[in-house]
Amino acid sequence: MSTTGDDAFGLYVHWPFCLSKCPYCDFNSHVSGSVDHGQWRRAMVQELETMAPWVCSQNLVSIFFGGGTPSLMEPDTVAEILSAARQLWSVGPEVEITLEANPTSVEAGRFRGFRDAGVNRVSLGVQALDDDALKFLGRDHSASEAIAAVEIAHACFSRVSFDLIYARPGQTVTDWTRELRQALALAGEHLSLYQLTIEPGTAFHAIHQRGGFAIPDNDEGGALYEATGETLARAGLPAYEISNHARPGAECRHNLVYWRAQDYLGIGPGAHGRLTNTAGQCRALRTHRAPATWLERVERDGHAITEEAAIVPEERLTEVLMMGLRLREGVSRDRLRRETGWTVEALFDPTMLTDLIGAGYIDITDTVLRATPSGRQRLNAVLAALLEALQWPSDAAAE
Amino acid sequence: MPDGPYVPGKFARRPALPMTDLSHIRNFSIIAHIDHGKSTLADRLIQYCGGLADRDMKEQVLDTMDIERERGITIKAQAVRLNYIADDGETYELNLMDTPGHVDFAYEVSRSLAACEGSLLVVDASQGVEAQTLANVYQAIDANHEIIPVLNKVDLPAAEPDRVRAQIEEVIGLDASDAVEISAKTGLNIKEVLEALVTRLPAPKGDPDAPLKALLVDSWYDSYLGVMTLVRVYDGTIKKGQRVRMMQTGAVHPIDRVGVFTPKLTEAKELGPGAIGFVTAAIKTVADCRVGDTLTDDRKPTAQALVGFKPSVPVVFSGLFPVDAADYEHLRDSLNKLRLNDASFSFEAESSAALGFGFRCGFLGLLHLEIIQERLEREFDLDLITTAPSVVYRVKMNSGETKELHNPSDMPDVVRIASIEEPWITATIFVPDDYLGPILSLCTDRRGEQVELTYVGSRAMVVYRLPLNEVVFDFYDRLKSISRGYASFDYQIDEYREGDLVRMSLLVNAEPVDALSMIVHASQAEPRGRALCGRLKDLIPRQLFKIPIQAAIGGKVIARETISAMRKDVTAKCYGGDISRKRKLLDKQKKGKKKMRQFGRVDIPQSAFIEALKMGDA
Repeated sequence: MSTTGDDAFGLYVHWPFCLSKCPYCDFNSHVSGSVDHGQWRRAMVQELETMAPWVCSQNLVSIFFGGGTPSLMEPDTVAEILSAARQLWSVGPEVEITLEANPTSVEAGRFRGFRDAGVNRVSLGVQALDDDALKFLGRDHSASEAIAAVEIAHACFSRVSFDLIYARPGQTVTDWTRELRQALALAGEHLSLYQLTIEPGTAFHAIHQRGGFAIPDNDEGGALYEATGETLARAGLPAYEISNHARPGAECRHNLVYWRAQDYLGIGPGAHGRLTNTAGQCRALRTHRAPATWLERVERDGHAITEEAAIVPEERLTEVLMMGLRLREGVSRDRLRRETGWTVEALFDPTMLTDLIGAGYIDITDTVLRATPSGRQRLNAVLAALLEALQWPSDAAAE
Repeated sequence: MPDGPYVPGKFARRPALPMTDLSHIRNFSIIAHIDHGKSTLADRLIQYCGGLADRDMKEQVLDTMDIERERGITIKAQAVRLNYIADDGETYELNLMDTPGHVDFAYEVSRSLAACEGSLLVVDASQGVEAQTLANVYQAIDANHEIIPVLNKVDLPAAEPDRVRAQIEEVIGLDASDAVEISAKTGLNIKEVLEALVTRLPAPKGDPDAPLKALLVDSWYDSYLGVMTLVRVYDGTIKKGQRVRMMQTGAVHPIDRVGVFTPKLTEAKELGPGAIGFVTAAIKTVADCRVGDTLTDDRKPTAQALVGFKPSVPVVFSGLFPVDAADYEHLRDSLNKLRLNDASFSFEAESSAALGFGFRCGFLGLLHLEIIQERLEREFDLDLITTAPSVVYRVKMNSGETKELHNPSDMPDVVRIASIEEPWITATIFVPDDYLGPILSLCTDRRGEQVELTYVGSRAMVVYRLPLNEVVFDFYDRLKSISRGYASFDYQIDEYREGDLVRMSLLVNAEPVDALSMIVHASQAEPRGRALCGRLKDLIPRQLFKIPIQAAIGGKVIARETISAMRKDVTAKCYGGDISRKRKLLDKQKKGKKKMRQFGRVDIPQSAFIEALKMGDA
């Protein structure tokens, strides 16, 4: 089985705990004083075993420990979950096993343990290489501590990535490219570079609303994004997705599952899943977000699923486009035809396609529909335009 | 026992008033520039004569009725009967006709003045003569009024009664030597004003035994009593049960009630010559009462009708559209209700690609437009978009036919047009010396022709002929800002003149936006087009594609701006947990788009139209 085949699927494990909540983060994370690691370990394995039979494919390509702060897990927990996965599917050395980690000295001390448990890739939340910026972002590590953690990670893992957040208040293109060069000197094969966005429900949202700080405007944000793309491409880590940059072949296999709209199983509190059954119907799953409730349900029912919905073909097409156009590779014609039975040319109003192509936002080749770099930079609007121009299913068919 | 203020349908509890002898009646108006103290003086006069008990005495009693009228009764001209015991020991009936001061209602002012024999000319003793003073005083002179100058606010340190007295003589040509110096605020010399009314104004003339001859001054809708008409009796008497004929329409109605305002509604046995009061009859709508019509006795009609008035004609037209398309019916109902009380505005259905369904409405002027718009919003809870006001053009076609054009969108094909005429006005502006230069250049910029320029002390009086379409554009706002509010302005409609007028269209992404097309003088087209394009550029949010904004005359583009494409619009993070939420967001966004007006590829939020249509900051 090929790793890019559409039967590829990923396993996501959500560890919901953090030592503190970062002001920009809208993920399902909780600060908890004490965690019964033994209990959590058993519950994680339990939920995995309950849900595993629902996965139709055998082609597991990735396991990803995300959070929260999964580097706060005990390496034994990681080892047990991986061992359970090995009982269920074939997990060869080619399967990517990533763990997200905070770059503190304490957590760096456990890297070896995670490696021994089977993790073969780490993704570090460095976020900034500047102490003031780290303070602003509410991080509990310094820049030098983060740099040391990256170096330890390199020593432990062949595949290392780290995240940075840019377009911070007052940050200029010059500031950012300087920081990027520093990051590149430190980087391995992969970098995730996110523009700071103010998400509803976060501490930053409240502060930003009352004018506590200003983030770069559309023009400045655009300039920062462009500078990021150019700098990384020159360094040999071109963007393969809106915010992700890698040496060719070093793309994050797990995240490609999402962007290629392939299946994934999610375990742990608030984890989402997408599973296609043998009839080709896709279902969306989500577990309970609250850690305590999740634990209770898993212990009672074997899983904590609270939402399960069929995804109708129109919704599935939206997902395929919404995710696929984030990728440089785009969405294949084959995939679109498989989802809709229609060709790209028939799917969309031709004048809109002509306009989008004319403006240099999309590109249609013999094999793919994709957004150009300039189109990816404006993907929300490009996507809205494409969805508006959608002629499928026709009204007659929808009746 | 004094009565309370006028409440619709509520009569004072007291016996019907008897008829007053002609020699003991004085009918008068108060004319003044805004803020010179007309309302306060009216309050004092009512109070002095015991028209209202102190507990009912609020500030600006007649303006309080203004608010009442916003609740369903409109009294545009109001009449209050005061009983005054003069120094000669006799009791006089003083009828005060309150008149609106603004130029838009000049027509109503003239009606009110026609019902009286004299006026109090109130001038602020520190401000002096202003544009409205002048416009109204000339109307009073035209109505053959005896005019009593009153200098108000003489208690203020800045008061210069002598200077203002000289100014009245110089500018208006009125003898001001025996002007009454008062302070309406403190009540100083109110009695002297009342004495002057009795001794200096002529008593009305008329024959109580002649056939009924009464002037229909105004009419309004009272939610309890139905249509009420304000009348001034010249000859004969009018009383309950009498069958009265409206001479213009020929309609005959039996009179239900006769009465006066004291200011509370008070029934009277009858109204005789010289009297001003109201009558009610089974009249269905205000539109059935033609202002200026003559009322006479159906059985014993008068041979000669009164001269009457020309009907008021809307001069400013504007489209009113509901922000929420679902409010269209509600808007129609509301306009119908308002028209019950105000027959001087008109409306007809209009549809716009940009703004949806709405109404093209005609008004007496910009203030009238604002009042109607505000009442619709406040009383009927409507959110409205008002298109740029336009005047009535006369389009002479090659065929010889003449069309009245109320809406720039209706402009016929230029090849069929022989010429276009536009209304001109004569504008009078009073302005302190310091601002004269900029005001003159404003008038010149707006195609004005100077008629007169005279100095009155440190103030200049400038008379200009101006095209009305320049005035409705933004003239008044510019005038106010240039003079920091010190200039006063009044105008009257003059004549139609042929002009080099063109229709300027506005195109967004090469598609015309009907709501923004306008008729302009060819010489003004380019700067105005540039200003509008510039404003839209700032108002329309950047989109995926760059958007050309053009102003064009026919096929010729005269101004152009480009809204550049948005530079970045992408979600930074999108992973497995985000997919459902972001997909739903996209669906929601797609629905939200339907609320925007689409011009080709361009979504224009309605707020952009509303802003673009705001005048005065071009």
